[in-house]
Amino acid sequence: MTSDSLTRAFALLLKRDLLLAMRHRAEMINPLLFFVLVTSLFPLGIGAYPELLRAVGPGVIWVAALLAALLSLDGIFRSDFEDGTLEQLLLSSHPVSVLVLAKVLAHWLVTGLPLLLVAPLLGILLDLPVDAIRILMLTLLLGTPVLSLLGAVGVALTVGLRKGGKILSLLVLPLYVPLLIFAANAVDTAAAGLPVSAHLLFISALLVLALSLSPLATAAALRISLS
Amino acid sequence: MGQTTGKGYDYRFSPSIHRPLLNQTVSQNNLSLEATGLECIRDDRTLFSDLEFTLNPGEALILEGRNGSGKTSLLRILCGIRLPDAGSVRWCGTDITRLGPDYHEHTAYVGHRDGIKLDLTPLENLAVARALGTPGETSPTAALEQVELYGYEDVLTRNLSAGQQRRLALARLLVTDSLLWILDEPFTSLDRRGIALVESLLEQHTGKGGLLAVTSHHAINLDNPPVQTINLSA
Repeated sequence: MTSDSLTRAFALLLKRDLLLAMRHRAEMINPLLFFVLVTSLFPLGIGAYPELLRAVGPGVIWVAALLAALLSLDGIFRSDFEDGTLEQLLLSSHPVSVLVLAKVLAHWLVTGLPLLLVAPLLGILLDLPVDAIRILMLTLLLGTPVLSLLGAVGVALTVGLRKGGKILSLLVLPLYVPLLIFAANAVDTAAAGLPVSAHLLFISALLVLALSLSPLATAAALRISLS
Repeated sequence: MGQTTGKGYDYRFSPSIHRPLLNQTVSQNNLSLEATGLECIRDDRTLFSDLEFTLNPGEALILEGRNGSGKTSLLRILCGIRLPDAGSVRWCGTDITRLGPDYHEHTAYVGHRDGIKLDLTPLENLAVARALGTPGETSPTAALEQVELYGYEDVLTRNLSAGQQRRLALARLLVTDSLLWILDEPFTSLDRRGIALVESLLEQHTGKGGLLAVTSHHAINLDNPPVQTINLSA
C-alpha cells in the first residue's frame, strides 16, 4: 500500500474524530470549563494579594491544565473501545502507531488548543506580567501535546479495564511531573525577567521524545488491552 | 503499508500480484489460511486445543459450539487480535503475527460489536472503514445499496434499527478488497430477508475465490462453497 493511502487514512480518521467531537460539543467544553473554573477559584480562595497570586499563578495554571487534560484523556479511546471501532483500528492495513497519532492530534485540537487560547485571560486574572503570559502560552503550546501523547499511552493500557479511570491518574500524573516543573518554572523565570530558552528547549525535547515514542507505545498498549 | 522487498516480505504479498485473485476463480494457489495446534485457555479453562484446519480460496469455515465454547476467541485469534496459547495461524505459509498489517490488508472482521460509530452517518462510517483497509472497487454508496440501506446514507447511525446497524457493519466488508472475511455471528438481529441477503453476499465472496470464517447459532445455508464445519463443543 502506498503512503498516499496512509495519508488518506490519517486525514479521514482525524476528520472523523473532529466530527464526532463537534457532535458532542458538551463533552468537548467540559475540560475547558474545568480549567477556567479551577484557576479562577484560586484568587477567590487566596484573596486579593497580587504578589501572592503572581507567585503561585504559573503553577496554578499549569496544574489546572494538567488536571483538565487528565479529565479528557479517557475520551481518546473509551468510546472506540466500546463500539468496536478500536478493534478495526488494530486490524487496519496501516501501521497502528500512525493512526493513533491521528487520534491524539484530534484530541489535542479539541482539548489542548482551547486551553492555550483561554490561558492569556487566566494570566491576567492572576496578575501575571505580559512577558510571563507570552511564555505561558508558549509552554502550553509545546506542553499540551505532550499531555495528550503521554496520556494516550496510559489510556491505551487502561481502556480494557472497567474502572480504568482511577488507575489512569496514578499512571499518568507522575509522567507529567517533569513537564510541570519545567513549564511552571519557565513562566516564573520569565516573570522575573530572566531568559527562559533553556526551559523551552527542554520542553521541546520532551515534545519530540513523546511525539516519536508514545505512538509506538500506545499501539503496543492497545494490542495488550484488546487481546 | 509498504510491500517493499527491503522489508523482507515474500513477493507473494505484493498487492499487484495478489489483488486480481478476487476477480477470478482460483483453486490452485498457495493462498491459504492454515491453523496448526491452536490452543486457547481462558480463566484456567482450556477452551480448545490441538485445533487444526486449512482454509483454501473459495472455501468457508463454519464454527459451531455452545455459548462460551471459544468461537469468538478462535475468530479473534484468526484475526490476530488475540494470541493463541499454543500453535500458530499461518497465512500463505507465514505466521500472521509476523505479517502484521500485511495480513490485515487481506482480512476484514465483523465482530460482536459492530465497529461502527453511532454518531456518524452510514456513509461517513463506510468512508472511514474503506480508508482503514484496502479500498475496493465498490463505493460506499453502492455498498449501502447492496445491503438495502439505500436512502439511509445521511441518517445518523444511532437512529437506525439494530438490524440495520448490523447490515451497515456487514457493508464494511464490501467497501474493502479483502480476501478473508472473519465474521462473528453475522446474522444477529437480522430479519429473514436480511439473513438471505447476507448469505448471498457470503456466496458471492466465496464464489470469487474469497475465504470465509464464520460463527453462527443459526443454520447457514450456503449452496456452492465447500464448507468445513468445526464443532468446538464436541
